[in-house]
Amino acid sequence: MAKPAQVELKESAADLELYYRQMLEIRAFETRCNQIYRQGKAGGYLHVYIGMEATGVGWLHAIKQGYDNVMTAYRDHAQPLVLGSDPVRLMAEIMGRKDGYSKGKGGSMHLYDFEKRFYGGWGIVGGHTPLGAGLAFGSKYLGEDRVTLCFLGDGASNAGVFFESLNMAALWDLPVIYLIENNEFAMGTRLEYHASDTELHKRGFPFGIKHERVDGMDLLQVLSDARRIVDYVRKEQKPYLVEIMNYRFSGHGAADNDRQLYRTKEEEQENMLRDPIKRLEDYLRKSNLMTDEKMEAMQLAAEEWADGVLEEADKSPFPDDEEVYRDVYTDMEPEVGH
Amino acid sequence: MPLQELTYREALRTCIIEEMDSDPNVLVMGEDIGRYQGTFRVTQGLFDKYGPKRIVDTPIVEPGIVGIATGAALVGLRPIVEMMTMSFSILALDQTINHAAKMRYMTGGQAKVPLVIRGPGGAANQLSAQHSHSMEGWYAHVPGLKVVAPATVEDAYGMLRTAIRDDNPVIFTENPGLYGLKASITVGEGKSVPFGKANVVRQGSDMTLIGYSRMTHVCLAAAEKLAEQGISAEVVDVRSLLPLDTETIYNSVRKTHRAVVVYEDWKSGGFGAEIAARIVEDCFDDLDAPVVRVGGLNVPMPYVRKLELLCIPNENDVLKAIEKIK
Repeated sequence: MAKPAQVELKESAADLELYYRQMLEIRAFETRCNQIYRQGKAGGYLHVYIGMEATGVGWLHAIKQGYDNVMTAYRDHAQPLVLGSDPVRLMAEIMGRKDGYSKGKGGSMHLYDFEKRFYGGWGIVGGHTPLGAGLAFGSKYLGEDRVTLCFLGDGASNAGVFFESLNMAALWDLPVIYLIENNEFAMGTRLEYHASDTELHKRGFPFGIKHERVDGMDLLQVLSDARRIVDYVRKEQKPYLVEIMNYRFSGHGAADNDRQLYRTKEEEQENMLRDPIKRLEDYLRKSNLMTDEKMEAMQLAAEEWADGVLEEADKSPFPDDEEVYRDVYTDMEPEVGH
Repeated sequence: MPLQELTYREALRTCIIEEMDSDPNVLVMGEDIGRYQGTFRVTQGLFDKYGPKRIVDTPIVEPGIVGIATGAALVGLRPIVEMMTMSFSILALDQTINHAAKMRYMTGGQAKVPLVIRGPGGAANQLSAQHSHSMEGWYAHVPGLKVVAPATVEDAYGMLRTAIRDDNPVIFTENPGLYGLKASITVGEGKSVPFGKANVVRQGSDMTLIGYSRMTHVCLAAAEKLAEQGISAEVVDVRSLLPLDTETIYNSVRKTHRAVVVYEDWKSGGFGAEIAARIVEDCFDDLDAPVVRVGGLNVPMPYVRKLELLCIPNENDVLKAIEKIK
């Protein structure tokens, strides 16, 4: 486990308020997602970020938002929220509506906002990791100093194509940061049952990639590590492998109804003591940066915000039938069906 | 525009050079394509001309290569990936099908993937079971990809230009038996061959032989022999599998009332089966005989030449199959 935060505060009170608000909003948004899934308003597979908020918020405030490239797997709601994508369009996509970012053809696992340089949203475990190297390759080829963040799960860190990507990233000095969000479970398989060496950051070692394990639950620690590593990668134009220790409080996906198949209630409760939101609140309180009243007001505001987002998204109609044939190609229709 | 005598291989190379000269974001990635000059020498000389930034020797990792090229395409590059052989592209099916091909749809039109995956597809000479695949039918099954299989020097040159300038992922398959083919062709900027246009390469009235890639030449050879028997065969070179120009195929079948589809891939489930099915579905009343398929034998490719030759359709196989419908 990572050590507790020992960082100097570089954040202004206004910054901290923003980060706190975004963490609250992610949790409220994700709670609505779990709800609408149960109501049948979202289908397929849906994976929420509850418990992991400090990781997303911290790392995405360490980059140049809208300039640097960001990509992740299918637990992908939080990243575009932090990057400033339209929350209504995100929710509409999750609900399969016309106004969604993919017009209802992507869904929860496939969110994209290319304008914000958020490149998804991928469903094949490990499959997106060479794409992340490719974003970095492309940006570097074009002479830009963009950094690419490519998130993946601990389960994906076993995929062959991930190792191929690490090798190429190191071989060609690509400014990509692979961020293994180690929430200790590959779906329902515990870390020690799926990884021969559970210190996943060491997978950078054979490729000569700088690697380390960092905390993902304490926002201030996350910000401090993230800024240091992003600055290094931008300056040195080399890859980095980071293992972020965090924990998801919900199931693997919204359809994961029996978490006790793979972890005990006691273990969950113990880990929930690490709640990144509570931890930030403790800090804000102790440092006299925010009063309890203000925090409560912000919590309420986040809930109201999420209700409003859901209400707006729910107004969006389902896509027209003609939409089924669109966007297969840039310049032609697919072969006709039945 | 200048007329040049080129081999199929040189025509591909000439087109790559012209496209790289006109667009700095065009680059080539692949195994042994640079310092080693390319396994089939298509990229010969390019490393010396453009250097390692644009002629990228990769590790032998097909999924990684296609994935990294796809990611690079997303941010504005136009990569040409060479597969040492299309047989190896089987390793990269997840990247190609699950990622590159579906990306535009999954993003609701946000993504543009100008990617070419090209290389030798089909049997060469005793490369045996793991190096002799015809993959085009597998790819032509996939919405989001375009798939072409040029048979001539002129089409190799012109279709590669279309492929490189296309904003969608293109599978460009080159039968290794065609690399040495020679022809005098017109080259230059404006010279390109569009996708989705089949070519009637021989006029005839009694039956239609339909092929693509090297099988077009097998069809032409069979047509010669049929002429000796007094049978006039029309030959349609499909050229582009996806999009498929059914109109040209159907027009020919409506004229001749007989159709023979020739393809090197395994007969069962190969792309020729799709062409045959469409003819039956849409031209049933025009047919005077069942549609005949001549495909590769449904076995892994054997090593010894004697057996290998049994597997690859030739003009005699076509003639024998036609006996049923003459």
